[in-house]
Amino acid sequence: MNTTKEEIGLKVKGFIQENFIFNDKVLDPQESLLGSGTIDSTGILEVISFLELTYGIHFEDNELVANNFDSIAKIQSFMMQKLGGAGS
Amino acid sequence: MCGIAGIIHTGDEHAPPSAQLLQAMIGSIRYRGPDEFGVYRDRNAGLVHARLSIIDLSGGQQPMSNEDGSLWIVFNGEIFNYIELRNELQSLGHRFRTQSDTEVIIHAYETWGNDCFRRFNGQWAFGLWDSKNRKLVLSRDRIGVRPLYVCEAHGKIWFASEVKAIFSDPEVPRRVDHRGLDQTFTYWTSLAPVSLFEGIEEIQPGSVRTYERNGSHSDRIYWRPQYSDPKEQYALPMADATEALREKLMHATELRMLRADVPVGSYLSGGLDSSVVAWMGRQAKKGSFQTFSLRFDDAEFDETSYQQLMSSQLDSVHHEVVISRSDIARVFPDVIWHTERPILRTAPAPLFLLSRLVRQSGIKAVLTGEGADEMLGGYDIFREAKIRQFWSRQPESVIRPRLFERIYPYLGRSPNQAKGMALQFWRQGLERAQLPGFSHEPRWFTTSSLKKFFSSDIRQSIGANPGPDVLSSLPAEFTAWDPLAQAQYLEVVTLLSGYLISSQGDRMLMAHSVEGRFPFLDSDVMEFCNGLPADYKLNILNEKYILKKVARGIIPDEIVKRQKQPYRAPDAISFIGPDAPEYVEEMLSEHALKESGLFDVAAVRGFYAKCAAKGKNAAASAAFGNSDNMALVGILSTQLMYRLFVSGGRPSPGDQCTFTTNIDRVLEHTEHATQENRL
Repeated sequence: MNTTKEEIGLKVKGFIQENFIFNDKVLDPQESLLGSGTIDSTGILEVISFLELTYGIHFEDNELVANNFDSIAKIQSFMMQKLGGAGS
Repeated sequence: MCGIAGIIHTGDEHAPPSAQLLQAMIGSIRYRGPDEFGVYRDRNAGLVHARLSIIDLSGGQQPMSNEDGSLWIVFNGEIFNYIELRNELQSLGHRFRTQSDTEVIIHAYETWGNDCFRRFNGQWAFGLWDSKNRKLVLSRDRIGVRPLYVCEAHGKIWFASEVKAIFSDPEVPRRVDHRGLDQTFTYWTSLAPVSLFEGIEEIQPGSVRTYERNGSHSDRIYWRPQYSDPKEQYALPMADATEALREKLMHATELRMLRADVPVGSYLSGGLDSSVVAWMGRQAKKGSFQTFSLRFDDAEFDETSYQQLMSSQLDSVHHEVVISRSDIARVFPDVIWHTERPILRTAPAPLFLLSRLVRQSGIKAVLTGEGADEMLGGYDIFREAKIRQFWSRQPESVIRPRLFERIYPYLGRSPNQAKGMALQFWRQGLERAQLPGFSHEPRWFTTSSLKKFFSSDIRQSIGANPGPDVLSSLPAEFTAWDPLAQAQYLEVVTLLSGYLISSQGDRMLMAHSVEGRFPFLDSDVMEFCNGLPADYKLNILNEKYILKKVARGIIPDEIVKRQKQPYRAPDAISFIGPDAPEYVEEMLSEHALKESGLFDVAAVRGFYAKCAAKGKNAAASAAFGNSDNMALVGILSTQLMYRLFVSGGRPSPGDQCTFTTNIDRVLEHTEHATQENRL
């Protein structure tokens, strides 16, 4: 299965829109999710669990740092690395 | 302790204030003082009073006047040093007709004018009408323990203990003040004089407002929290300071136990502050002593074992009420009827039920430990700020933030994910460590993120006309204070005055006609605590350090040494699930949301659906994070406030009170005139 960066971006965006924003406000992929108040620290854990369930993966403790999940762009690159790494 | 209200006509074009309207006003808050009712009326003014008789049961009726009948007062509260002031005033030649503290205020004002307020040690709100000069004086105590609101329109001034009394006049428009809403979703409270209702002002704590004959007014702040300059050497070593604090607290507690002609009981939370206060109350007066505690069905919030330990130590007659989630949901609309403003946590609801228990037990006044955390640096927000300050000096350090594990031991046990996210949260704004407001930024930021639920109309309106910011009215000395003192100041003027002592304090107590008395908010105790060096209060990360020294040896070690547990109650989870009352769905329905226009309908519906889905999960209470909890409780309480006070409103039970004190100069005048006509 080839998951593209764009697909990940769309899925994550959709999840955040549906579960944290609840309207069609445009999300800037570079914007810090914690720093903009879009999601609180409990909410980030929901995003993480969504990614695990959607992509059938498991994050190690040392991967669970804010830097990997704090914006849509960061999630995209981290997920590409994670999925790419898992496939090779 | 009482309820007060009044109407003043600044012009002569109006008929005298109507007796029926005054009755409706005081009837709407009759629970504040169901023992007696009184009214004063002249051509231009009407004052009404509902009395909870605690001091001078037979002689303290209100409204009350000075010797020549030119000054009239309606007063809610207590001046605890009234006996000392009375002696002083007597030596200056004043004569007293009663034993009440009310009469002392009148003579003190006559003698000292606006300088009288600083001499009062107490908790008060009053309206004083100078009928000769047609001047109205409205004043509140230093912290704002007792509420007071005012509204001006069409040559009239209405004032009252609670907004609903002002709304008893159909002439007063009812609209939400968007600035007050915006402030609430930042600071957890509106900032006086802004209130939640357009055109209604809250008299600022520690201030006096004077209306002149022509209707113009001026405000004078007579007190604000002041802290010592950290550069100045503090005179007392720790041991002496501990002894001084013990004496001052004991004196403050004695005043509150003994200056009452009815028995005074005490709340017991299981924590340090109420234990100290209850112990001192027990010492102050012989005889039976009653204590009252909240227990929770949810073990997470329950402190029963400590409460029972303390009550057996005190040998008190102990009463408890056990609170469930469904109790909270059931009484929540009544709670909002009394808070008259949105709240972001349900914590007031159990206290509403506790005051009912007090009343049923025949007690009219209770001591509580409120104020200790603000005066002596007890809150986590102070410890967080100290760690963030320390961290900010070396932001790349990974060791410094580990101090958070000291204050939140669960972090040490948490999976890395939770820890990492928490640290990311506290890291924000480290670069602003030297700026005012640094301590409170994380709270204000988290709370403000709930504004994403505001409707676009509200967002626009706030954008165009934002309310004042707490940081824009800081005292000039603020930045010279120690960072702890700065944080304490912000905590006192926001959360203590606007939420803890009102929504969670006076309003919940008075809902069942119970007066709260707060030794930690005694004016001498506050001055003393504010003068202490920071490390006497927050020693490294040990909170209320000096108070623990006072407590050692008098209350059980288990209570002195225990990890502080913030008082919380089940929040969002109370309103979710099959047992949730119908009003929850109704208040969050598309119809109700459109009606108020305050929130984004789709956003709230989506959020509520998410909460409902989470509620189906067995571990539901854990599933609601801080933001979810605040959002659901905040939106629901705002919607209830709108329904209760703006679009609907309950019928006033004004006809249920009969005036036993009735001074009617309008009728006297009319009767006189009629007699003259007959002659």
